[in-house]
Amino acid sequence: MSEFIPVLSARVGKKNSRALETYVADGGYASWKKVLAGSQTGEWTPAKVTDVVKASGLRGRGGAGFPTGMKWTFVPPKEKRGGKPVYLLCNADESEPGTFKDRVLIEQDPHQILEGMMLASFALDVKHAYIYIRGEMVHGAEILNAAIDEAYAAGLLGTNVLGSGLDLDITVHRGAGAYICGEETALIESLEGKRGHPRIKPPFPAVSGVWAAPTVVNNVETLCCVKHILDRGADWFKGIGRNDRNTGPKLYCVSGHVNKPGVYEAPMGIPFKDLLAMCGGVREGRKVKAVIPGGSSAPMLTGEEIMDVPMDFDGVAAAKSMLGSAAVIVMDDQTDIPKAVANIAKFYAHESCGQCTPCREGCPWLLKMLKRIVNGQGKKADLEMLLQVSGQMGNGMTICVFADAAIAPVLSSIPRFREEFEAYVAKSAAPGFEVPAPDQITPRLAERMAEGMHS
Amino acid sequence: MSGGPSTPVDILPGQPPVGEHGALSCGKELAFSAKAEERLQKLLTRYPTKQAALLPTLWIAQEEWGWISREAVDYVAARLGLTSAFVWGVVTFYTMYNRAPVGKHLIQVCTSISCHLNGAEEVFHECRKKLGGLKPGETSADGKYTVVEVECLAQCDKAPAVMVNGDDHERITLDKLDAFLAELR
Repeated sequence: MSEFIPVLSARVGKKNSRALETYVADGGYASWKKVLAGSQTGEWTPAKVTDVVKASGLRGRGGAGFPTGMKWTFVPPKEKRGGKPVYLLCNADESEPGTFKDRVLIEQDPHQILEGMMLASFALDVKHAYIYIRGEMVHGAEILNAAIDEAYAAGLLGTNVLGSGLDLDITVHRGAGAYICGEETALIESLEGKRGHPRIKPPFPAVSGVWAAPTVVNNVETLCCVKHILDRGADWFKGIGRNDRNTGPKLYCVSGHVNKPGVYEAPMGIPFKDLLAMCGGVREGRKVKAVIPGGSSAPMLTGEEIMDVPMDFDGVAAAKSMLGSAAVIVMDDQTDIPKAVANIAKFYAHESCGQCTPCREGCPWLLKMLKRIVNGQGKKADLEMLLQVSGQMGNGMTICVFADAAIAPVLSSIPRFREEFEAYVAKSAAPGFEVPAPDQITPRLAERMAEGMHS
Repeated sequence: MSGGPSTPVDILPGQPPVGEHGALSCGKELAFSAKAEERLQKLLTRYPTKQAALLPTLWIAQEEWGWISREAVDYVAARLGLTSAFVWGVVTFYTMYNRAPVGKHLIQVCTSISCHLNGAEEVFHECRKKLGGLKPGETSADGKYTVVEVECLAQCDKAPAVMVNGDDHERITLDKLDAFLAELR
């Protein structure tokens, strides 16, 4: 493959890259104008835009890697919508630990996102699209709002956009601090003004999403890809990447113990060791002990396992992990793995939305056991119990995949780094573990009565 | 606390401890200023339902009064035609609505995995110690500082990441802590 030139991050770091003026000077909004003009002559139709995106092989960049064009085709045709509008939601609730690519796109090149949303809105017959941005990105929301104001002023949004007869509005909606709102149905609930509780599927959002209307939720990076696909064509996009199922440019967020952590753009499927070289290798010339390839929800791999893995959806899946949001967390040979896993468990214990019992109860239990292990109070049976409890939380036990994410670090780290966990337990002050007979168990209420809480 | 696991988890990020049940009143007149009112009216045109404007309206309320008191919940509920109980349920689900007053500088230290690998827990601990031994979520006596532990701020390449009010600060390692705090004063 010839030298790769960044696409999505091409304008990052350029002077005044957020402004409409510079965006247009760099060829921005050409596709939006092209498609709108073409819609008058019949050269461009919504179906054609969808077909181009489908042909590009673009897969969702938010984590699941679902083909974007196919997702769009799940929206029912106009006559079957019962007069309901279609909504496009841009998922900018980037909260997965280790992930920071969308922040860069939002803060450095907001018009790129807007153009992607405009093109997707055209394809989906959307009149009002929303950007759900996480509450913590205060400045990101301001930047997006400023970009939207510029777009309205330039007639790129609003009623009768550029004389095409089409109307389109975009609104920024700020979250308020909840990881689960990145899950698409929780995001929908949150947009409706509720607690972010994921919904049972089906019905899928494409059929009944926000305000019971057909809804498509796409990640920030995915929508940026749409813009470039419409700029340069499906074949160009397909020409980048490892194979037909893993196409396009990709943003990788590399953090942890590397010399130059940051967002790196590379063709989909770059081998891990090449990515590591881009980041200047591991700090102080140390070895890679473990890597989480796709954000904290992805199973952990050892340094040896991941070194030659192509960093794309299928490549990482073949290595028994997942590309997820491509948040690559590198841990050097000095890392205390049980402590790192306990840290991740703490995140999930706090962020469980509380709807489903296996997750609401299971996540804090995992944390409790991991904490006592690293605090020198671990019991011999704890490792088995961690695996056992994890086994009862995932694989369809809950409404959404949060529980599966929460158990991934536990289930992947214990087999790989068992001796580290065992070393903690060996030093423990309370290594024995006997299950008390039922008649020896004091009911919780009795304990409370004894403390005088009810008397 | 989102949802609320029944098994207690110590040090919960995001919430001042006194805020669990919410304080009643912020002692200010509960009516939006003209500017806030204008924002609210504009908001309502952007959604097909009034309820959808709840999160942004709570943001306006927090900017107006600094935090969300039980009275503010009643006010927002009345403005959007919702029940107070429902609004309170929403407020308690999200970590960024303060249910108690916070200091002038709300110091939010990220301790998620990438920051953890770069020593964020020590930074969180040391930061509280330097500000007079504050507990997580506690506000200093002079009302200047509140230190809370938060989750991934999407600044993992700049770990340990700290956010003060809405502003991002990067690479706040132990050796930079003094300079960082001095800048806040």
